[in-house]
Amino acid sequence: MKQLTIAKAINAGLSRAMEENPKVMLMGEDIGSLGGVYRVTEGLKDRYGAHRVLDTPLGEAGIVGTAIGLAERGYRPVCEIQFDGFTFPAFNQITTQLAKIHARSDGNLTVPVTIRIPYGGVIGSVEHHSESPEALFAHTAGLRILAPSNAQDAYWMSQQAIECNDPVIIFEPKRRYWLKGDVDENQPTGDPFSAAVVREGQEATIVAWGPLVPVALAAAEAAREDGRSVEVIDLRSLSPIDFDTVTASVRKTGRLIIAHEAPTFGGLGGEIAARVTERAFYSLEAPVLRVGAFHMPYPPAAVEEHYVPDLDRVLEALDRSFAY
Amino acid sequence: MAAKMHPGTVESAVPRLQLLDEQGTVHEDPTFSPFVEDVDTVELKGLYRSMALARRVDEEATSLQRQGQLVLWVPLRGQEAAQVGSAWATEPTDRIYPSYREHAVVFHRGVKPGELLQLFRGHTAGGWDPNEHHVNLYTMVLASQVPHAVGYAMGTALDRKAAEDAGEQVSETPEAVVAYYGDGASTEGEIHESMVFAASYDAPVLFFVQNNQWAISVPFSTQSRVPLATRAAGYGFEGLRVDGNDILAVLAATRYALDKIRRGEGPVMIEAETYRMGAHTTADDPTKYRQRDEEEQWGTLDPLERLEMFLRETHHVGDEFFDSVTNEGREMADELRADVLAMVPPTFDEFFDKAYADPHSLIDAERAECLDYQAGFAPQDDQDDSGSEGAHA
Ligand SMILES: Cc1ncc(C[n+]2csc(CCOP(=O)(O)OP(=O)(O)O)c2C)c(N)n1
Ligand SMILES: [Mg+2]
Repeated sequence: MKQLTIAKAINAGLSRAMEENPKVMLMGEDIGSLGGVYRVTEGLKDRYGAHRVLDTPLGEAGIVGTAIGLAERGYRPVCEIQFDGFTFPAFNQITTQLAKIHARSDGNLTVPVTIRIPYGGVIGSVEHHSESPEALFAHTAGLRILAPSNAQDAYWMSQQAIECNDPVIIFEPKRRYWLKGDVDENQPTGDPFSAAVVREGQEATIVAWGPLVPVALAAAEAAREDGRSVEVIDLRSLSPIDFDTVTASVRKTGRLIIAHEAPTFGGLGGEIAARVTERAFYSLEAPVLRVGAFHMPYPPAAVEEHYVPDLDRVLEALDRSFAY
Repeated sequence: MAAKMHPGTVESAVPRLQLLDEQGTVHEDPTFSPFVEDVDTVELKGLYRSMALARRVDEEATSLQRQGQLVLWVPLRGQEAAQVGSAWATEPTDRIYPSYREHAVVFHRGVKPGELLQLFRGHTAGGWDPNEHHVNLYTMVLASQVPHAVGYAMGTALDRKAAEDAGEQVSETPEAVVAYYGDGASTEGEIHESMVFAASYDAPVLFFVQNNQWAISVPFSTQSRVPLATRAAGYGFEGLRVDGNDILAVLAATRYALDKIRRGEGPVMIEAETYRMGAHTTADDPTKYRQRDEEEQWGTLDPLERLEMFLRETHHVGDEFFDSVTNEGREMADELRADVLAMVPPTFDEFFDKAYADPHSLIDAERAECLDYQAGFAPQDDQDDSGSEGAHA
């Protein structure tokens, strides 16, 4: 067992994947000599060479587009998008090509490209550096999406995404890159496309992922002090979603709160709410509630704390749920 | 025929290569003629045959579409020399990334017309296994396939380097990749990024643009003030401009470019100036946007007629050969028609299996839901189907 930050865990996961499979290569802006703006790929160029860690020209469509061709050639490219808000120049390549080539080719081609996107807010930055665009990609069939919240998942999901024969986007919780946690390098976490109950409880369920998992856990702890028993699910995979684990929890607790940094409107919370309502209607003691950001472009840093859900907003939703 | 010039243009020129002119006369070029020196009567007949058969398939597909047997067809008429000449220069292991009009290219590389027409019958978005003929699938989002070609080319170079480093035997002919796209697609941003990436990584890729003067209803002058071939210099690699209706020029230029690419000198771009003689697709009406006299002028530059004249007058090829090609074309068209009418449409539930390569919980759940729903109608369906053999034809 090792104590690693999430950033170092991803670095170790990528390194191990590169060591085990010579076809794994990394591509992105400033990921080589600099080690990435968040230093996630630090040292990997020295270790594996400039032909496997590509400081690419500055063009996201080019990065993802050439990664697709490399994957068709038998490589397993891992692309880093520097910040969430800069994914969009590659949006065409991701949604019309990467997601569809396997189906277009009647299964003859696979394009195992991994795209790493540091995402989420509350980092006190400028426009386009704090977004949570996961729903845009979850809506696109052909893609898979992972969102690790801790070092152990970060380490293993990086490798599992690369091994997966489908394209995988990993949304990395950038404000938690320095959060430390245990990493068991011998014991892989199981199915990456499954959710995990990270705190057991009896009276309500909070579903969260990525940077909001620690917030959900803090909310459950605060609720315990008020005499409430709250279960927390780390969703881990955003596409597909492990509805079985969520539904089983709601059947037990009768209440569900979904928290995400992305805007509530059109967010994944709506999808989860609808599915759970269909499957566990008679178990529900209250409507499913969502806690998300507001329907506006991500606001400037000075006021972002009012935009992104925090502990108090999750607790307020819990109160509303218990009030039914 | 020279394209109209955009007002205010700062000229940027690349000479236009022509080896076989409109009158059927051959011109010598010190750089390019050596690349077609070995092209004898037999090979010229082969080139003609490929062009003529592609045109015959094109005609058959248009009529199949008119009869409601295809959902759409994209005619290639007029572009046979650009397509056959470039494909002819490739090795079977060179990966081709077509756009959506390169029928003569994909046929030359082994894709059967009946495989291609599955796409236009609405049975698949693909039609063949790209790894079998080293021909990728048609890509409908303009220019999107071009960065893929560059990435694939980067991969071939990496593989070759790895094999050399490991002391393994490598082929004497390094692989090359050809990306096809059109004058309209050339404006898409992905073309720019592709060229930058290809240049930076010395990718063994040929950018082959067929400038057929039109992007649906928009003339070339709206896409560019200057020949597209001039753009290559801005990326630091060679751009060639050829008479795309001159099969010898296209073949020579493509051989020259692929040689250079195989030597590891990085990408090359070829602009083949040609003309889309027909409609954009069977859903298009060119009378709305272009003049009959333009069509007539280009009509006199038909690439098949030029090669036929050359074969008859200089190589003394007679009717017997041309008749045999016509007959072969007819047989091919009949066979294609029969193939199309006999195609069995896919079942809807197959598409659940194709969405992902690895098992997927949502796909499994939705497939089960869908099959369950369909099962509710099963007895009625069975009745409807009985005795309606060939109902899909
Ligand atoms: C990204 C994108 N935009 C628009 C279209 C619709 N469209 C299909 S073909 C075409 C014109 C393409 O012209 P060109 O690249 O010159 O190829 P050509 O059809 O002449 O072979 C357009 C606008 C498309 N397929 N993809
Ligand atoms: Mg065109």
